[in-house]
Amino acid sequence: MNRAMDDETHFVVRWRKGETKAFEFLVKKYMRKAYFIALGLVGQHDVALDLSQEAFVRVYRHRRKFDPNRRFFPWFYQILKNLCFNWLREQRANPRIALEDLSERVEREELSLSFDPNLMVERDAVKDRVWKAISSLKPRDREIIILRHFQNLTYREIAEVLSCSQGTVMSRLYYARRALRQKLEQHTEVE
Amino acid sequence: MSCEKFKNLMMGYIDDELNEHDRGAFLGHVRSCAECSSELEHYRKLKEVTDGMKLTSPEDKIWRDYWSVIYNRIERGVGWILLSICGILLLCYGGYKAVEEFIADPTVGLFVKVAILGLIVGVAILFISVLRERLYFWKRDRYRDVRR
Repeated sequence: MNRAMDDETHFVVRWRKGETKAFEFLVKKYMRKAYFIALGLVGQHDVALDLSQEAFVRVYRHRRKFDPNRRFFPWFYQILKNLCFNWLREQRANPRIALEDLSERVEREELSLSFDPNLMVERDAVKDRVWKAISSLKPRDREIIILRHFQNLTYREIAEVLSCSQGTVMSRLYYARRALRQKLEQHTEVE
Repeated sequence: MSCEKFKNLMMGYIDDELNEHDRGAFLGHVRSCAECSSELEHYRKLKEVTDGMKLTSPEDKIWRDYWSVIYNRIERGVGWILLSICGILLLCYGGYKAVEEFIADPTVGLFVKVAILGLIVGVAILFISVLRERLYFWKRDRYRDVRR
Protein backbone atom coordinates (compact mmCIF):
# COMPACT_ATOMS: atom_id res chain seq x y z
CA MET A 1 0.00 0.00 0.00
CA ASN A 2 1.49 3.38 -0.94
CA ARG A 3 1.64 6.48 1.20
CA ALA A 4 -1.35 8.18 -0.46
CA MET A 5 -3.52 5.17 0.36
CA ASP A 6 -2.25 5.14 3.97
CA ASP A 7 -3.27 8.80 4.24
CA GLU A 8 -6.66 8.06 2.78
CA THR A 9 -7.27 5.13 5.15
CA HIS A 10 -6.42 7.41 8.05
CA PHE A 11 -8.95 10.02 6.88
CA VAL A 12 -11.58 7.37 6.14
CA VAL A 13 -11.30 6.05 9.71
CA ARG A 14 -11.72 9.58 11.09
CA TRP A 15 -14.61 10.35 8.70
CA ARG A 16 -16.48 7.23 9.82
CA LYS A 17 -16.30 8.57 13.36
CA GLY A 18 -18.09 11.69 12.10
CA GLU A 19 -15.13 14.09 11.83
CA THR A 20 -16.10 16.67 9.23
CA LYS A 21 -12.48 17.80 8.77
CA ALA A 22 -11.53 14.31 7.61
CA PHE A 23 -14.52 14.25 5.29
CA GLU A 24 -13.49 17.62 3.89
CA PHE A 25 -10.16 16.05 2.93
CA LEU A 26 -11.93 13.22 1.07
CA VAL A 27 -14.29 15.64 -0.66
CA LYS A 28 -11.43 17.86 -1.82
CA LYS A 29 -9.49 14.85 -3.02
CA TYR A 30 -12.32 13.46 -5.15
CA MET A 31 -14.52 16.46 -6.01
CA ARG A 32 -13.09 17.00 -9.50
CA LYS A 33 -13.25 13.33 -10.39
CA ALA A 34 -16.84 13.14 -9.08
CA TYR A 35 -17.91 16.22 -11.01
CA PHE A 36 -16.38 15.08 -14.31
CA ILE A 37 -17.84 11.57 -14.03
CA ALA A 38 -21.28 13.06 -13.35
CA LEU A 39 -20.78 15.51 -16.21
CA GLY A 40 -19.95 12.67 -18.58
CA LEU A 41 -23.05 10.80 -17.49
CA VAL A 42 -25.62 13.62 -17.43
CA GLY A 43 -24.00 16.13 -19.80
CA GLN A 44 -25.08 19.30 -18.00
CA HIS A 45 -22.84 21.41 -15.77
CA ASP A 46 -25.43 22.45 -13.14
CA VAL A 47 -26.89 18.97 -12.81
CA ALA A 48 -23.44 17.33 -12.61
CA LEU A 49 -22.38 19.76 -9.90
CA ASP A 50 -25.56 19.22 -7.89
CA LEU A 51 -25.50 15.42 -8.21
CA SER A 52 -21.81 15.12 -7.35
CA GLN A 53 -22.35 17.24 -4.21
CA GLU A 54 -25.47 15.29 -3.29
CA ALA A 55 -23.47 12.04 -3.61
CA PHE A 56 -20.97 13.33 -1.03
CA VAL A 57 -23.82 14.35 1.31
CA ARG A 58 -25.33 10.85 1.06
CA VAL A 59 -21.96 9.22 1.60
CA TYR A 60 -21.53 11.29 4.78
CA ARG A 61 -24.99 10.38 6.05
CA HIS A 62 -24.49 6.67 5.36
CA ARG A 63 -20.92 6.49 6.63
CA ARG A 64 -21.80 3.71 9.08
CA LYS A 65 -22.69 1.44 6.14
CA PHE A 66 -19.23 1.83 4.64
CA ASP A 67 -17.09 -1.28 4.85
CA PRO A 68 -13.69 -0.07 6.14
CA ASN A 69 -11.97 -2.91 4.28
CA ARG A 70 -13.05 -1.40 0.95
CA ARG A 71 -11.55 1.62 -0.74
CA PHE A 72 -13.49 4.86 -0.48
CA PHE A 73 -13.80 5.82 -4.13
CA PRO A 74 -15.43 2.64 -5.56
CA TRP A 75 -18.10 2.87 -2.84
CA PHE A 76 -18.62 6.57 -3.49
CA TYR A 77 -18.77 5.90 -7.21
CA GLN A 78 -21.71 3.49 -6.82
CA ILE A 79 -23.71 6.17 -5.01
CA LEU A 80 -22.81 8.84 -7.57
CA LYS A 81 -23.64 6.53 -10.46
CA ASN A 82 -27.02 5.60 -8.95
CA LEU A 83 -27.88 9.26 -8.52
CA CYS A 84 -26.92 10.03 -12.12
CA PHE A 85 -28.76 7.03 -13.56
CA ASN A 86 -31.85 7.87 -11.50
CA TRP A 87 -31.74 11.43 -12.78
CA LEU A 88 -31.47 10.20 -16.37
CA ARG A 89 -34.37 7.80 -15.80
CA GLU A 90 -36.42 10.64 -14.37
CA GLN A 91 -35.65 12.80 -17.40
CA ARG A 92 -36.76 10.04 -19.74
CA ALA A 93 -39.94 9.48 -17.72
CA ASN A 94 -40.81 13.18 -17.44
CA PRO A 95 -39.14 14.91 -20.38
CA ARG A 96 -39.24 18.67 -20.48
CA ILE A 97 -39.85 19.26 -24.14
CA ALA A 98 -39.29 22.75 -25.43
CA LEU A 99 -42.40 24.45 -26.81
CA GLU A 100 -40.96 24.61 -30.30
CA ASP A 101 -40.51 20.83 -30.26
CA LEU A 102 -44.15 20.14 -29.41
CA SER A 103 -45.18 20.30 -33.04
CA GLU A 104 -42.56 17.74 -33.96
CA ARG A 105 -42.42 14.11 -32.96
CA VAL A 106 -39.67 13.79 -30.40
CA GLU A 107 -38.25 10.31 -30.04
CA ARG A 108 -37.63 9.30 -26.42
CA GLU A 109 -34.12 8.10 -27.19
CA GLU A 110 -33.30 11.43 -28.78
CA LEU A 111 -34.23 13.26 -25.60
CA SER A 112 -30.90 12.29 -24.12
CA LEU A 113 -29.21 14.48 -26.72
CA SER A 114 -29.17 17.51 -24.47
CA PHE A 115 -25.42 17.31 -23.85
CA ASP A 116 -23.86 20.71 -24.22
CA PRO A 117 -21.05 20.59 -26.84
CA ASN A 118 -19.53 23.72 -25.26
CA LEU A 119 -18.44 21.50 -22.37
CA MET A 120 -15.53 20.35 -24.52
CA VAL A 121 -12.20 22.18 -24.31
CA GLU A 122 -11.51 22.12 -28.04
CA ARG A 123 -14.30 21.75 -30.52
CA ASP A 124 -14.32 20.70 -34.14
CA ALA A 125 -16.83 18.97 -36.39
CA VAL A 126 -15.51 15.47 -35.65
CA LYS A 127 -15.42 15.94 -31.87
CA ASP A 128 -18.91 17.47 -31.91
CA ARG A 129 -20.21 14.43 -33.76
CA VAL A 130 -18.50 12.03 -31.37
CA TRP A 131 -19.79 13.96 -28.33
CA LYS A 132 -23.31 13.85 -29.76
CA ALA A 133 -22.95 10.11 -30.37
CA ILE A 134 -21.63 9.55 -26.82
CA SER A 135 -24.59 11.47 -25.40
CA SER A 136 -27.03 9.23 -27.24
CA LEU A 137 -25.48 5.98 -25.95
CA LYS A 138 -27.23 3.94 -23.29
CA PRO A 139 -26.06 5.16 -19.85
CA ARG A 140 -24.33 1.81 -19.20
CA ASP A 141 -22.28 2.13 -22.40
CA ARG A 142 -21.61 5.81 -21.81
CA GLU A 143 -20.36 5.00 -18.31
CA ILE A 144 -17.52 2.79 -19.49
CA ILE A 145 -16.52 5.23 -22.25
CA ILE A 146 -16.39 8.05 -19.70
CA LEU A 147 -14.29 6.05 -17.25
CA ARG A 148 -11.81 4.97 -19.91
CA HIS A 149 -11.50 8.06 -22.09
CA PHE A 150 -12.42 11.01 -19.91
CA GLN A 151 -11.11 9.71 -16.60
CA ASN A 152 -8.20 7.78 -18.13
CA LEU A 153 -8.70 4.91 -15.71
CA THR A 154 -6.81 1.68 -16.32
CA TYR A 155 -8.73 -1.57 -16.76
CA ARG A 156 -7.78 -2.56 -13.22
CA GLU A 157 -9.18 0.71 -11.83
CA ILE A 158 -12.36 0.43 -13.92
CA ALA A 159 -12.82 -3.16 -12.75
CA GLU A 160 -12.50 -1.97 -9.16
CA VAL A 161 -15.08 0.82 -9.41
CA LEU A 162 -17.51 -1.35 -11.37
CA SER A 163 -16.89 -4.39 -9.14
CA CYS A 164 -16.25 -6.69 -12.08
CA SER A 165 -13.34 -8.53 -13.72
CA GLN A 166 -10.92 -6.96 -16.22
CA GLY A 167 -12.29 -9.37 -18.82
CA THR A 168 -15.76 -7.88 -18.30
CA VAL A 169 -14.27 -4.40 -18.66
CA MET A 170 -12.80 -5.37 -22.04
CA SER A 171 -16.06 -6.90 -23.16
CA ARG A 172 -18.13 -3.90 -22.02
CA LEU A 173 -15.71 -1.54 -23.74
CA TYR A 174 -16.06 -3.49 -26.94
CA TYR A 175 -19.87 -3.32 -26.92
CA ALA A 176 -19.83 0.36 -25.92
CA ARG A 177 -17.36 1.28 -28.66
CA ARG A 178 -19.30 -0.76 -31.17
CA ALA A 179 -22.49 1.08 -30.17
CA LEU A 180 -20.61 4.38 -30.45
CA ARG A 181 -19.40 3.45 -33.92
CA GLN A 182 -22.94 2.57 -34.98
CA LYS A 183 -24.29 5.86 -33.60
CA LEU A 184 -21.61 7.76 -35.49
CA GLU A 185 -22.52 5.97 -38.70
CA GLN A 186 -26.23 6.70 -38.13
CA HIS A 187 -25.56 10.39 -37.46
CA THR A 188 -23.40 10.62 -40.58
CA GLU A 189 -26.18 9.04 -42.65
CA VAL A 190 -28.76 11.48 -41.25
CA GLU A 191 -26.53 14.48 -41.95
CA MET B 1 -10.59 -18.99 -30.71
CA SER B 2 -13.44 -17.18 -32.49
CA CYS B 3 -13.29 -13.61 -33.82
CA GLU B 4 -15.73 -12.61 -31.05
CA LYS B 5 -13.13 -13.49 -28.39
CA PHE B 6 -10.47 -11.51 -30.24
CA LYS B 7 -12.78 -8.50 -30.40
CA ASN B 8 -12.59 -8.18 -26.63
CA LEU B 9 -8.80 -8.54 -26.82
CA MET B 10 -8.85 -5.84 -29.50
CA MET B 11 -9.95 -3.36 -26.85
CA GLY B 12 -7.12 -4.41 -24.57
CA TYR B 13 -4.71 -4.12 -27.47
CA ILE B 14 -5.65 -0.59 -28.51
CA ASP B 15 -5.66 0.51 -24.86
CA ASP B 16 -2.27 -1.15 -24.30
CA GLU B 17 -3.65 -3.33 -21.51
CA LEU B 18 -2.77 -6.83 -22.78
CA ASN B 19 -0.11 -9.09 -21.35
CA GLU B 20 2.56 -10.46 -23.70
CA HIS B 21 0.73 -13.75 -24.24
CA ASP B 22 -2.64 -12.20 -25.18
CA ARG B 23 -0.94 -9.55 -27.25
CA GLY B 24 0.92 -12.18 -29.27
CA ALA B 25 -2.25 -14.24 -29.75
CA PHE B 26 -4.21 -11.18 -30.85
CA LEU B 27 -1.57 -9.98 -33.33
CA GLY B 28 -1.33 -13.52 -34.73
CA HIS B 29 -5.08 -13.52 -35.35
CA VAL B 30 -5.21 -10.02 -36.86
CA ARG B 31 -2.51 -10.93 -39.39
CA SER B 32 -4.72 -13.73 -40.68
CA CYS B 33 -8.16 -12.07 -40.36
CA ALA B 34 -8.98 -9.21 -42.72
CA GLU B 35 -12.24 -8.39 -40.94
CA CYS B 36 -10.61 -7.98 -37.51
CA SER B 37 -7.73 -6.08 -39.07
CA SER B 38 -10.09 -3.55 -40.66
CA GLU B 39 -12.11 -3.28 -37.47
CA LEU B 40 -8.93 -2.64 -35.50
CA GLU B 41 -8.19 0.37 -37.72
CA HIS B 42 -11.69 1.77 -37.13
CA TYR B 43 -11.38 1.45 -33.37
CA ARG B 44 -7.90 2.92 -33.37
CA LYS B 45 -9.19 6.03 -35.14
CA LEU B 46 -12.16 6.24 -32.79
CA LYS B 47 -9.84 6.01 -29.80
CA GLU B 48 -7.63 8.76 -31.21
CA VAL B 49 -10.60 11.10 -31.38
CA THR B 50 -12.05 10.21 -27.99
CA ASP B 51 -8.63 10.47 -26.34
CA GLY B 52 -8.33 14.00 -27.70
CA MET B 53 -11.62 15.09 -26.18
CA LYS B 54 -11.36 16.93 -22.89
CA LEU B 55 -14.12 18.46 -20.81
CA THR B 56 -13.83 22.06 -19.64
CA SER B 57 -13.23 22.65 -15.98
CA PRO B 58 -15.64 25.04 -14.28
CA GLU B 59 -14.33 28.32 -12.86
CA ASP B 60 -12.16 28.19 -9.72
CA LYS B 61 -14.94 29.66 -7.58
CA ILE B 62 -16.94 26.45 -8.04
CA TRP B 63 -14.08 24.41 -6.53
CA ARG B 64 -13.51 26.92 -3.74
CA ASP B 65 -17.20 26.77 -2.74
CA TYR B 66 -17.63 23.05 -3.40
CA TRP B 67 -16.96 21.88 0.15
CA SER B 68 -19.00 24.64 1.82
CA VAL B 69 -22.08 23.70 -0.25
CA ILE B 70 -21.74 20.11 0.95
CA TYR B 71 -21.11 21.19 4.55
CA ASN B 72 -24.22 23.41 4.49
CA ARG B 73 -26.36 20.57 3.13
CA ILE B 74 -25.10 18.19 5.84
CA GLU B 75 -25.68 20.82 8.53
CA ARG B 76 -29.18 21.59 7.22
CA GLY B 77 -29.98 17.88 7.16
CA VAL B 78 -29.05 17.62 10.86
CA GLY B 79 -31.11 20.75 11.52
CA TRP B 80 -34.20 19.30 9.84
CA ILE B 81 -33.89 16.03 11.76
CA LEU B 82 -33.59 17.87 15.09
CA LEU B 83 -36.46 20.20 14.19
CA SER B 84 -38.71 17.30 13.20
CA ILE B 85 -37.93 15.12 16.24
CA CYS B 86 -38.28 17.97 18.73
CA GLY B 87 -41.43 19.26 16.99
CA ILE B 88 -43.05 15.81 17.18
CA LEU B 89 -42.03 15.43 20.84
CA LEU B 90 -43.46 18.85 21.75
CA LEU B 91 -46.68 18.17 19.84
CA CYS B 92 -47.10 14.83 21.61
CA TYR B 93 -46.42 16.41 24.99
CA GLY B 94 -48.80 19.32 24.27
CA GLY B 95 -51.48 16.90 23.06
CA TYR B 96 -51.03 14.73 26.13
CA LYS B 97 -51.33 17.73 28.46
CA ALA B 98 -54.40 19.01 26.61
CA VAL B 99 -56.12 15.62 26.85
CA GLU B 100 -55.14 15.32 30.53
CA GLU B 101 -56.70 18.73 31.28
CA PHE B 102 -59.74 17.90 29.20
CA ILE B 103 -60.33 14.64 31.08
CA ALA B 104 -59.88 16.36 34.44
CA ASP B 105 -62.35 19.15 33.50
CA PRO B 106 -65.57 18.48 35.52
CA THR B 107 -67.66 20.74 33.24
CA VAL B 108 -67.24 18.39 30.26
CA GLY B 109 -69.74 15.55 30.08
CA LEU B 110 -68.69 11.87 30.22
CA PHE B 111 -70.12 11.18 26.74
CA VAL B 112 -67.94 13.89 25.13
CA LYS B 113 -64.87 12.66 27.03
CA VAL B 114 -65.37 9.08 25.83
CA ALA B 115 -66.00 10.26 22.25
CA ILE B 116 -62.84 12.40 22.22
CA LEU B 117 -60.77 9.56 23.70
CA GLY B 118 -62.19 7.17 21.10
CA LEU B 119 -61.29 9.66 18.37
CA ILE B 120 -57.70 9.93 19.62
CA VAL B 121 -57.31 6.14 19.92
CA GLY B 122 -58.80 5.70 16.41
CA VAL B 123 -56.38 8.21 14.87
CA ALA B 124 -53.46 6.55 16.71
CA ILE B 125 -54.45 3.07 15.41
CA LEU B 126 -54.78 4.40 11.84
CA PHE B 127 -51.42 6.17 12.08
CA ILE B 128 -49.60 3.11 13.44
CA SER B 129 -51.24 0.84 10.86
CA VAL B 130 -50.26 3.08 7.91
CA LEU B 131 -46.74 3.54 9.29
CA ARG B 132 -46.29 -0.24 9.75
CA GLU B 133 -47.54 -0.92 6.22
CA ARG B 134 -45.20 1.71 4.76
CA LEU B 135 -42.23 0.29 6.62
CA TYR B 136 -43.11 -3.25 5.56
CA PHE B 137 -43.29 -2.36 1.84
CA TRP B 138 -40.32 0.01 2.01
CA LYS B 139 -38.07 -2.78 3.32
CA ARG B 140 -39.13 -5.07 0.46
CA ASP B 141 -39.23 -2.47 -2.31
CA ARG B 142 -36.47 -3.30 -4.83
CA TYR B 143 -36.86 0.09 -6.44
CA ARG B 144 -36.76 2.17 -3.26
CA ASP B 145 -33.51 3.86 -4.35
CA VAL B 146 -35.02 4.95 -7.65
CA ARG B 147 -36.15 8.53 -7.48
CA ARG B 148 -39.59 8.85 -8.99
